[in-house]
Amino acid sequence: MPEENGDGKSKTGILEKAKDSAAALRETLTEKAKQQATELKEPEKTQLYRSIFRVKHDEEPRNRALSVLSNVFFHLHPAKVNRDATKYNFTWGMGGITFYLFIVLTFTGVLLMFYYHPSKIQAFRDILYLENDVPFGKLLRNMHRWAAHLMIIAVWLHMFRVFMTGSYKRPREFNWCVGVLLMVLTMLLSFTGYLLPDDQLGFWAVTVGTNMARATPLLGNEGPGGPQMGMTPYNDVRFALLGGSIVDANALLRAYIWHCIAIPLIVAIFLGVHFWRVRKDGGISGPAPVMLESEIKEERSPRPVILRPSGMG
Amino acid sequence: MPFDWRQIWEVASAPDNVPIVALLFLAPFYMWYALRQGIANDKLIAILESDAQAAKTKYRKTQEWDPKWEREVHTWPYLMRMEFLVAILVTVLLMAWSLTLNAPLEEPANPNVTMNPAKAPWYFLGLQEMLVYFDPWIAGVVMPTLIIVGLMVIPYIDSNPLGNGYYTYKQRRFSIWTFLVGFIGLWVLMIVIGTFIRGPGWMWFWPGQTWDAERVDYAVNRNLDQIFGIDGSWLAPIFHTTKDQAAIWARAIFGIFPLVIFFIVAAILVHWVCTRTEFSKKIYKRMSLLQLVTMYTFLILMLSLPIKILLRLVFTIKYIWVTPWFSI
Repeated sequence: MPEENGDGKSKTGILEKAKDSAAALRETLTEKAKQQATELKEPEKTQLYRSIFRVKHDEEPRNRALSVLSNVFFHLHPAKVNRDATKYNFTWGMGGITFYLFIVLTFTGVLLMFYYHPSKIQAFRDILYLENDVPFGKLLRNMHRWAAHLMIIAVWLHMFRVFMTGSYKRPREFNWCVGVLLMVLTMLLSFTGYLLPDDQLGFWAVTVGTNMARATPLLGNEGPGGPQMGMTPYNDVRFALLGGSIVDANALLRAYIWHCIAIPLIVAIFLGVHFWRVRKDGGISGPAPVMLESEIKEERSPRPVILRPSGMG
Repeated sequence: MPFDWRQIWEVASAPDNVPIVALLFLAPFYMWYALRQGIANDKLIAILESDAQAAKTKYRKTQEWDPKWEREVHTWPYLMRMEFLVAILVTVLLMAWSLTLNAPLEEPANPNVTMNPAKAPWYFLGLQEMLVYFDPWIAGVVMPTLIIVGLMVIPYIDSNPLGNGYYTYKQRRFSIWTFLVGFIGLWVLMIVIGTFIRGPGWMWFWPGQTWDAERVDYAVNRNLDQIFGIDGSWLAPIFHTTKDQAAIWARAIFGIFPLVIFFIVAAILVHWVCTRTEFSKKIYKRMSLLQLVTMYTFLILMLSLPIKILLRLVFTIKYIWVTPWFSI
């Protein structure tokens, strides 16, 4: 309680002042609140929004370009593309679908990893647990399985499209090679995942698959030159793949590590190169104007002895 | 025997086989889709080639064009809206597929109970099917390596500068045929055979035949030297070896001849195909020696697969060349 010192006037003065300022505050507060509420109707003008997005999203050509260039995910794309390439009929979207499925597989795969132990005792039970007790576990496993199959089909069709449009031709030769490796890696990813449920299907598929490794020339114990190189079932290339002479606990662990860590990392690196090269080789190849036979340029002579230099003119 | 629809349904509806059933429709569809656009471009090319004036002025694409339009459009929104739309469609498709069809799960792995047929995942069935025609070191190691390397050398041996960035058939007849034979004929078709035709014991069952695990196929395959009745035992006294030893050597030497003949005939055939038209002669002249040797090698090796399939399935010949270390 404030102490009274006998001077009533000053006391009323303080009270009046307080009342006055309270009234003023009430007025300005509502004013401010109203003002800020109207500002919130345009969130793109707030500091928070501007700190995240930096550019306006309106139909100005400059901002349309900036929204692509200033976004770390979108800047895989150039600001502008060939107008005919935006239609479905040229690319069939197969490269993009493949990449999207890779993302879906990473997402569902990480979720599956929470429920899975790569050991002979638990692996199969984990799948049963996942199918019967984990909420949406069955859906998760189904999605991972079918996305993997779909990705392989999408990769093949992507390669088919790139071939049929001649997009591997100069200057994109190297990127075609990177793409071939990515296709092989995709199939290896799928194959290593096949063993993980530890059921009959995966076990025999991997047995059939790795039995071929026995016959590797020079490096397999049944391959030509293998025995002469000192290969036995206990030191050949199949042994290295399985971590043993039969498909067992070590093979399960190796398949798991290849499937979840090693191959995805390698794929991620190659993907980066693949996308980078699409841009550096001049973006998407077409639809390009058709070229006539009469317009083929003569080879520059003298021609290099080995292959002609590429991408340099 | 009655036509067994149930067997067909059993194979086609196995959850892991659904992708191949899908591929049976997707591969022909996209082949048609690509060739249709190629033929449309070919018509345009024919017009441009017959009319020098049009070649200078006419728009060189089959796509719609208005001189007022810009050649390039903003990625956002014109491309990215398509991408997001496709992503949504794929998600919906995947959701629907995952809700209606369960991923297969068999009994726990058991090394003592063999699955019959024991099949690799569907995308490797082409390789497994090759095991019928070649020894494992060829089918499982050499062939996959050749396929991968062969695909990677394509851009370096294809010296045809036409058809870069647009669909066409007429300008790239040879390369398109080669790829279609390889991709559709030797890869997709082998997978289809591995899935639908190969039953228990990896035996050949026609569609409609019941997969009978009790069936026994008697080995009727013979080696080429057996058909020719090569018997080298009479050489034994000349080389001072046993009769068995001499027979092995005679077989090994005999087998070289059909292989050499194959390589020569195949090389002539490949050369004939590669220089058949005026245009292919022009492309042929642009190639360096290394490019030619690489291309011919891969084409001849590619040709060896259907030849071997034919020899095995029609003429029941197992090996062409039998040596003590390996057989082809």
